[in-house]
Amino acid sequence: MTMQLMGREPRRRFLPFSPWHLVLLPVSLIFALPLFWLALSSFMTNAQINRFPPTIIPNSLHLDGYRYVLNNALFPRWFLNSVIVSVVVVFGNLVFGSLAGYAFARMRFRGSKILLTLMLGTLVIPFQITMIPTFLLMKYLGVIDTLGALIVPSLVTPFAVFLLRQFFLSLPREIEEAAWMDGCSRLRTLWVIVLPLARPALGTVAVLTFLTTWNDLAWPLIAINNDHNYTLQLGLTTFQGQHRTQWAAVMAGNMITVLPVLIAFLAAQRTFIQSLTSSGVKG
Amino acid sequence: MASSSIRASLNRPTVEHADQTPLMKRLFGETPDAWGFVLPSVVIILGLSIVPMIWSLILSMQSSDLVTPARWLGLTNYRVLSHDPAFRAAVIHTLVYTVLFVPLSIAGGLGLALMLNRRIRFIGLYRTMVFVPFVISAAAQGVLFSFIFDAHFGIANAILSWFGVGPQGFFADSNQALLLLVLIGLWSGLGFCVVVYLAGLQDIQQELLEAAAIDGARAWGTFRYVVWPALRPVTIFLAIWETLQALQLFDLVFVTTRGGPLESTTVIVFFVWNQAFQLFNAGYGAAAAYVLAFTLLIVSIGLRFARRNQTEEVGG
Repeated sequence: MTMQLMGREPRRRFLPFSPWHLVLLPVSLIFALPLFWLALSSFMTNAQINRFPPTIIPNSLHLDGYRYVLNNALFPRWFLNSVIVSVVVVFGNLVFGSLAGYAFARMRFRGSKILLTLMLGTLVIPFQITMIPTFLLMKYLGVIDTLGALIVPSLVTPFAVFLLRQFFLSLPREIEEAAWMDGCSRLRTLWVIVLPLARPALGTVAVLTFLTTWNDLAWPLIAINNDHNYTLQLGLTTFQGQHRTQWAAVMAGNMITVLPVLIAFLAAQRTFIQSLTSSGVKG
Repeated sequence: MASSSIRASLNRPTVEHADQTPLMKRLFGETPDAWGFVLPSVVIILGLSIVPMIWSLILSMQSSDLVTPARWLGLTNYRVLSHDPAFRAAVIHTLVYTVLFVPLSIAGGLGLALMLNRRIRFIGLYRTMVFVPFVISAAAQGVLFSFIFDAHFGIANAILSWFGVGPQGFFADSNQALLLLVLIGLWSGLGFCVVVYLAGLQDIQQELLEAAAIDGARAWGTFRYVVWPALRPVTIFLAIWETLQALQLFDLVFVTTRGGPLESTTVIVFFVWNQAFQLFNAGYGAAAAYVLAFTLLIVSIGLRFARRNQTEEVGG
């Protein structure tokens, strides 16, 4: 599978390891070090941080920042808001995406082609065009400035519908047909037979939906005004603006914001990367 | 083949029975319940994209503050926009960012992917490290790099001083802020290009590379005549994708500079947001958004056209 692009193996080995490590290690460190610095500084005190030149390796680690963030601010609330929004949005995409994806894959109904094309078309509509009227729509619906405004517009995305439709199309039809013959309803067939087979696709949808929802900043910034309804991303940004001198707390807050996606990513790295490349290159 | 005949009988009413089909089926197709399946998605996806898209177009021809009733202006907003120095500056900043960001993403992503496409120890770890910034939110990146590039006590200035470079203003310097945004964009975005290129490299047929080696091709020749052409669809996909990302830059700007210093980082989406939600010129903001959307459309059609030509070339 892997190929040696840069020609043959070196004939003589000057080093006990591949010379590529000499390039790859520093390069990958450039990518990792800012995050390492984030983690480290979140365990420092303001006094340690405000020293110049900065102490690269602090002689003691502290929890001051975390204590400040968890006691004095709305951070726990924002964390909860982010969790609620992300969980509901992921769930909505799985449910509605499966229903619509299955209908588009297996049922024939008037207008299905037009609807599918229209939905595909909406993928290219940029956010900045829809953001002002979406704000107005959410205002008329009475959910602006609540978590509902963050949930409703993302409850199902064309991405979820298409990805699941493509996957359902790739499944063998015969099993479902046997179920229909036995008098199983479409909904039951989907639930009992199709969805258990579709776990990889559902996983992809869940992972990518979680990532985009958790990380979103622009829409919460527009839709939410009351700081009790902030998400973590919006809260972190505001918090930084108000606590310019308290870098320890800001960095602790930043760690809390980053950690859930980081953990999710490290736990499911393979699924994650396969999801991205398959939805990107082949989709 | 029994299954296909079952399928046919399940899905297609035979012609002689067509007049006996119930009204519901004639109106809604063979499976009217399908509408129940798609309705939530249709309402949400189309209702929150096509409706706002048209609404936005109407809004762009009005004077609206989002609260009081709007006034019809026709194309005035667009006319004013074409003479607005602030909008022109936003367009220029966006273009500078895009022109720097896209080629560097592609070149850097390809370079890194070629380096990472080998079987040595720790390669998985290296790949993880390069990719991990991609999952970090723009808000978190912005906060982190405001800290790292703080002009007074940031670690970046400390590192520069080891090499004898004097303290820099970074985000406080109007000549550096936009370049710094490109740098941060690359830090977080390169991983995606790498992953896509790695997938592309893995799809190249081993026989092609072996054939090239037998023909005595050196590393550069193999790359130039085998790898690079094979990767062209991937490159075009990434070029489209990264261009669209770059033209829509907003989050990072909002968190790090809010358009400053001295308006040196106002990009188009920031301009739209500022007009609509800070200055309450929603109609004017919508017009600016439409100018950008139109540009995006042209870019993606143009590049997709290039892609189609490419596939025809390869296929024919």
